Amino acid sequence: MYEWNFWPVLSESGILWAGFRNTLILTATALSGGLVVGLFLALGRLSHRRWLSLPAGIVIEVFRTTPPLVQLFWFYFGLPIVLAVEMTPFLAAALTFTIQSGAFFAEIFRAGIVSIEKGQWEAARVIGMNHAQMMRRIILPQAVKRMFPSMMERSIELMKTTTLVATVSYADLLFQANELAQKTFRPLEVYTVVALIYFISISAVSFLAARLEKRFARSGEITQ
Amino acid sequence: MTDPILQLRGLEKSFGDMQVFKNVDLDVAPGDRIAILGASGSGKSTLLRCINVLETPDAGDIRVGGKPVGAVGSNGRVRYSERELCALRQRVGMVFQQFNLFPHMTVKQNVTEGLRTVKGIASAKADERALKELSRVGLADKAETYPSRLSGGQKQRVAIARALAMDPEILLFDEPTSALDPALVGEVLSVIEQLANEGRTMLLVTHEIGFAYHMATKIVFLAEGGIYEMGTPDAVLKNPQKPLTQAFLAEHQRFHF
Ligand SMILES: Nc1ncnc2c1ncn2[C@@H]1O[C@H](COP(=O)(O)OP(=O)(O)OP(=O)(O)O)[C@@H](O)[C@H]1O
Ligand SMILES: [Mg+2]
Repeated sequence: MYEWNFWPVLSESGILWAGFRNTLILTATALSGGLVVGLFLALGRLSHRRWLSLPAGIVIEVFRTTPPLVQLFWFYFGLPIVLAVEMTPFLAAALTFTIQSGAFFAEIFRAGIVSIEKGQWEAARVIGMNHAQMMRRIILPQAVKRMFPSMMERSIELMKTTTLVATVSYADLLFQANELAQKTFRPLEVYTVVALIYFISISAVSFLAARLEKRFARSGEITQ
Repeated sequence: MTDPILQLRGLEKSFGDMQVFKNVDLDVAPGDRIAILGASGSGKSTLLRCINVLETPDAGDIRVGGKPVGAVGSNGRVRYSERELCALRQRVGMVFQQFNLFPHMTVKQNVTEGLRTVKGIASAKADERALKELSRVGLADKAETYPSRLSGGQKQRVAIARALAMDPEILLFDEPTSALDPALVGEVLSVIEQLANEGRTMLLVTHEIGFAYHMATKIVFLAEGGIYEMGTPDAVLKNPQKPLTQAFLAEHQRFHF
């Protein structure tokens, strides 16, 4: 019978918290960057100009259809060969997950934008709005409310996928956990605690998201 | 005779193989109230939508204040710049059958949106103007309500206020009462009648032939790819000269009592 002992893990928990902090930093960076990249990719893909829609479409498809670990290695080990840049684990991870989540967000944005009824576009046009005004004031505010659930789901997915960065030695929660497990010889306890940290933080985010969603539904949206 | 504010010359429009307009000419002078009638699919909506270029005409001129809109491109077709279209659409307001209010904005915000975003008018001034237009359509007390809480008739009146706030020279109405319960048609028609009495220029697509008879200065009947018969309400509605117009009116009067 295995004897559980969390004490060695808890007494060194600073190592895990440092990792958790890095995981949050990476997730927040990739999330905010990904939203911006995603919006531009979506607008590019929806453009009538082929020189915009074609490259946007290619980026979206490539990043959606290749494994994130391959992308990460490509940025970390590959890119420095062609570009004379010094690649840090954080930079490689942030780039990979910004563009990758951008590609997924782009599809969510696009679906949200095209789901807005033709009448809304026309109503915006007939009061004299140009394309940018129409997107900013009429289409995107409505689309974002509809996209919110899939955005949240994707963001949670992102936070989980960031564990891959441990493979390029970025000191995220999983990487720190590996260190701690070697140090304490208590892998069972360490990974249990790590799973709990993910479970609690992601459940909390989900809960808040569900509350927000209800608020959105109440604030006049639904149908007209 | 005042100069027309809007002229269509040689307008052509097809959707795929189907030609909706072969060659349409139309003059709209200030104060004209033109009712557009015709069978379903005769192109009534398309005519209005070509005027503000929600549909791009295949050929022909749209002239506003004597000046053609758009410039002929290298392929011989007229091209419309975004800037020009925005300017045109501020001069020509439109009200839709399905209202198309902005559901994420209050009634007042629906009306101020164009003033603020398009015309760049400051918020206090825009609010004042919105309340004036909302009072005109009898809905000042609904200013802070969201559209989802309004009846169809109220929604359409807000849509009219939204169009009026932009100070258009011409108003286009595309079947403004067709999506309404019969009991709510009257309140919207009253608002349109009031605008007519103020001497506003408008083009109205409608199936309310009695209303068209009383408020229009001119009737346009569409059939066979263009304007089939046109004239005063008395001439076209009481004494139609051509067979399709006669048949259309007879059909509409079948259940008259
Ligand atoms: N976007 C479009 N694509 C293809 N065909 C269209 C389009 N818009 C209109 N049409 C066709 O053009 C013709 C004229 O349409 P339009 O909507 O102008 O008719 P209408 O007189 O307004 O009819 P209704 O009384 O039913 O509103 C119809 O046959 C219609 O099917
Ligand atoms: Mg129609």
